[in-house]
Amino acid sequence: MTAATGIGARVLRTEDKRFLTGTGRYVDDLPLARATHAYFLRSPHAHAKIKSIDTAAAKKMPGVVEIFTGKDTADAKVGGLICGWVVKGKDGQPHKSPPHPVMALDTVRYVGDTVAMVVANTADEAKDAAEAIKVDYDVKSANIDLARALDKGIPEVHPEAPGNLIYDWEIGVKADIDAAFAKAAHVTKLDLVNNRLIPNAMEPRAAAADYDKGTGNYTLWSTSQNPHVLRLILSAFVLGIPEHKLRVIAPDVGGGFGSKIFCYNEETMVTWAASRVGRPIKWTAERSESFMTDAHGRDHVTHAGLALDKDGKFLALRVDTIANMGAYLSTFSTAVPTYLYATLLAGQYTTPLIYANVRAALTHTAPVDAYRGAGRPEATFVIESLVSKAAAEMKIDAAELRRKNFIPSTAFPYQTPVALQYDSGNYPPIIDEAMKIADYKGFEARRAEAKSRGKLRGIGFSSYIEACGLGPSRVIGQLGGGVGQWESAQIKFNPTGNVQILTGAHSHGQSHETTFAQIVSDKLGVPIEAIEVVHGDTATTPFGMGSYGSRSLAVGGSAIMKAADKIIAKGKKIAAHLMEASVADVVFEQGTFKVAGTDKAVPLGAAVFAAYVPHNYPLEELEPGMDENAFYDPSNFVYPAGTQICEVEIDPDTGTVEVVAHTAVDDFGNIINPMIVDGQVHGGIVQGVGQALMENAVYDKATGQLVSGSYMDYTMPRADNVPSFKLGNKVTPCPHNPLGVKGCGEAGAIAAPAAVMNAVHNALAPLGVKHVEMPATPLNVWQSIQGAQPAAAE
Amino acid sequence: MTISVAMTVNGKSVSGKVEARTLLVQFLREHLGMTGTHVGCDTSQCGACVVHVDGKSVKSCTMLAVQAEGSKVITIEGLAESADKLHPMQESFRENHALQCGFCTPGMVMSAIDMVKRHNYQLDEATVRRELEGNLCRCTGYHNIVKAILAAAPAMKSAGV
Amino acid sequence: MYDFAYHRPKSLADALALLKGKPEGRVMSGGMTLIPTLKQRLAKPSDVVDLAGVKELAGIKVEGNNVVIGGMTRHADVATSADVKGAIPALAYLAGHIGDPQVRNRGTIGGSIANNDPAADYPAAVVALNATVTTNTGKHAADSFFKGLFETALGEGELVTSVSFPKAEKAAYMKFPNPASRYAMVGVFVAKTAGGVRVAVTGAGPSVFRVKAMEDALAKNFSSAAIKDIKIPADGLNSDIHGSAEYRAHLVGVMARRAVDAANK
Repeated sequence: MTAATGIGARVLRTEDKRFLTGTGRYVDDLPLARATHAYFLRSPHAHAKIKSIDTAAAKKMPGVVEIFTGKDTADAKVGGLICGWVVKGKDGQPHKSPPHPVMALDTVRYVGDTVAMVVANTADEAKDAAEAIKVDYDVKSANIDLARALDKGIPEVHPEAPGNLIYDWEIGVKADIDAAFAKAAHVTKLDLVNNRLIPNAMEPRAAAADYDKGTGNYTLWSTSQNPHVLRLILSAFVLGIPEHKLRVIAPDVGGGFGSKIFCYNEETMVTWAASRVGRPIKWTAERSESFMTDAHGRDHVTHAGLALDKDGKFLALRVDTIANMGAYLSTFSTAVPTYLYATLLAGQYTTPLIYANVRAALTHTAPVDAYRGAGRPEATFVIESLVSKAAAEMKIDAAELRRKNFIPSTAFPYQTPVALQYDSGNYPPIIDEAMKIADYKGFEARRAEAKSRGKLRGIGFSSYIEACGLGPSRVIGQLGGGVGQWESAQIKFNPTGNVQILTGAHSHGQSHETTFAQIVSDKLGVPIEAIEVVHGDTATTPFGMGSYGSRSLAVGGSAIMKAADKIIAKGKKIAAHLMEASVADVVFEQGTFKVAGTDKAVPLGAAVFAAYVPHNYPLEELEPGMDENAFYDPSNFVYPAGTQICEVEIDPDTGTVEVVAHTAVDDFGNIINPMIVDGQVHGGIVQGVGQALMENAVYDKATGQLVSGSYMDYTMPRADNVPSFKLGNKVTPCPHNPLGVKGCGEAGAIAAPAAVMNAVHNALAPLGVKHVEMPATPLNVWQSIQGAQPAAAE
Repeated sequence: MTISVAMTVNGKSVSGKVEARTLLVQFLREHLGMTGTHVGCDTSQCGACVVHVDGKSVKSCTMLAVQAEGSKVITIEGLAESADKLHPMQESFRENHALQCGFCTPGMVMSAIDMVKRHNYQLDEATVRRELEGNLCRCTGYHNIVKAILAAAPAMKSAGV
Repeated sequence: MYDFAYHRPKSLADALALLKGKPEGRVMSGGMTLIPTLKQRLAKPSDVVDLAGVKELAGIKVEGNNVVIGGMTRHADVATSADVKGAIPALAYLAGHIGDPQVRNRGTIGGSIANNDPAADYPAAVVALNATVTTNTGKHAADSFFKGLFETALGEGELVTSVSFPKAEKAAYMKFPNPASRYAMVGVFVAKTAGGVRVAVTGAGPSVFRVKAMEDALAKNFSSAAIKDIKIPADGLNSDIHGSAEYRAHLVGVMARRAVDAANK
């Protein structure tokens, strides 16, 4: 019965129907009677003192209900937004924690910093009134260029962080590395920029809040990836509303990619203001606001070196990175370039010595935080760029050099020199499969054919590892994380046999409603049509950590498995009673309890019915009802791995790079729904291709204006920018979670940038081009070609 | 300036009083409560708001409600024949897993149907990709959207829609 | 968007009457530029006069050696017109590559050329084909119509009623789109007509311009080889994060050669 809908089946999605018929319900879709609308007035300057704010004229504008400024929130003692992860620097001290007021008090620190909130009867009226607010700014010079942010004499973003330094952190032993480099046969060096990205979930952030005067209860609807965590932060640190008096609902959410993890000031403000205004307040970001104020991603300046022996064995890796934090520390920001970046620098390789120094810097730009992959794409880009460069320099085949240094399958569990212990993996068959699918052997013929058309063809590899499925709470705690990292689940049978799965994870495109139902269908033998997955509402679901870091299945799915085990255990007792058998003799097979060696059988549905109508029931030893909770805290991260191979063709006349083929072979452990997993990989690859070739958040270095502040200037990958993809998979089940699964949400984006850029470099090598930074836009590539051939440019 | 506006939306006559500056998408979402049509950007690029006006796909964020006076508008809500019978394009999106978060989906489906019809039910991959120029998706990497549209074209033809 | 008074006249005469005495009034044809501009609050018109109801302004006719396109004709209609495809396929190609399908369903030729966005496609065709722009008050030769950044020869109360394109012996348009917006970063329209050879460039400068050196070379020898050594000076060309002036200058050469090759096919 469940084979077609169980684990491993290509089950069509339960959630599709509402999205396809226009009946999905996103925050901005919610009808709220008597709702007011908020508009946030934002700073047009990157750095300025606020001399005065005059709202008198604005308050008289039509439809205006109320206007709030930073002074109002300060007077009301609204707390600041928090960074939830403490990173201790080389000096053993926690990172610098400058304040992050919900609205600017006397200083604005980036273009888009919030200056005032207008609440009016309509969104247009709120915007009309905001234009009438007079703000007198004393404009200061700004610190925009990350590479220079820590230099002497650069304007400081916060006095609490002298020299703009948030922390100076290291992992590994520097002296050992220096010694290894000194005696290496070959050293490959690389200076690179990991370009700043703007996440651009297609649904802009939105928040709506209501306050019930009678009960004192608040309700916040938010585009959140983790409503419980948002509630916790708002309650414990910012607004002081007791958790039980604040309900946070994240209904259908249109993509997140990390940007909707964090606690933002707009959702804070609408909640706070709802009780003051006495009417619901709704706010939906315009896209230009999203560009300015969503937490951005990546943004590193890195110097790295790889030491190899004469045969190409990796001896040591040295990495020095400055990571941009923006103007304020966002919720997870400090952990991204440290625990999610430097700890991944071993990649798939046996590199025995690794040292990384990471300095986090403040700049007068939007906050930077986790974006799909968060730290791991940056790590993969460093390693895989270095490896391909070393291969080219040493004239070793890029695949061969990787193979030579892979952690052998016999070495698992494998302790890396950068803290992580990889649980499982088998890397050589992955690259073999990828090369087969990509027809690596036929590449030179394709290169020659492209050349006959005037195109430069190149091929590039990227063999990535990631640690995801956050994570063991104990480890997270030791690393300074402020929360637990378990996940919760509840399996609730109704008397008639249908099931609700309540999960603390949140789906904003990941397809939990289908995948989680498949697990329960498989495990309990319930038809998938009789299963409903409920998520995203703190009032109905158990406390959960939400979805990010490819954790929903590995952690949330495991919690569901645990809850299902409890259902089976209880069902066995009921069935034993009904069959007058010993519990020890009862087995559960395909949805039915049986006594081995007899024809006695009780379907799960009958046991459930007996639990709710306990007329013939062991009430003295068993509670009625069939409703089980579970919390699952993993014992380790999970470690998906894979290889991507990209082929590009470059038009040397225009510098245009076309991705003509892209192959990805991944090991995600066991797979619940291959269709959904493939979809996650496709999307991830395109975000990675976007980073490599198109996307770039550009601030004007003098003024701090966001130059790429709309789709007119921020290049989003479109359908004609990418080909169809070729995917493959290998399975080494995760040994420590009950499903044997690893995460698949971020892998595509983690691996792709290096694969694409290695292909670009491979294609351009014949022209003598040494290095092209991301994004390899037509302009950038053309200029690189000109730089390599100064004579040809004339 | 308040103006009365009347049009047909998904076969039903509707009317309302709007400001001149009210966009068609605002009229659909805020006045008619038809929130299937989405707004994903403010520069007419993302295509989450695509609807059909008098048989042609348009971005309803770049058209005033008053410009649709007297027009026949079809939105994502008006495609399925019944609760159980989706339009072949909707069905194909589902069959091919061409949606994840669902936010761009209404616009994608509306553009896709228009494209299939304009190309007389005959499309190849390159054409589909080029025709999707005005629709952004951040989840699917377009792979399955392209597949879904290619598969839907003959299905639409045989269904006569 | 600020609110405004909206009008939908049914005739050109009514449209002109409505505009009279309203210095802050704006004409809307397709709205593909005006509405985004209004949404960004970059304009605050008192009145918007929508030409959609003025049926006399839309349509495509072949008149002798000319293709005459009404000002309110949508890009999609030009792109798919059998008349345009037959007479000047390059013009149909150009129209079929403006914006995206949804923009082409709304945007009009009159709106495009009256706005004269430096990255618009149509001005290149108008100039390269030496088209004549007809308005309610008279006619403009292509060379004197486009005056500069968002500037044309149109006077107050003057509307584009049609554009008349002479048929071309050979013509092609090659566009290098801005990677983000997909507007023309450089678009080159090359045309060989009874009047000679013209090369018009859009996207690269503040307004459409001709490349005389290329025209002269192509007049002698209509082949891409004839212009391969002609360099375009970068001075005065547009420069932004997507393309420096030097890069645009270089692309003019590349696109021009490709356009000539396409025209010869």
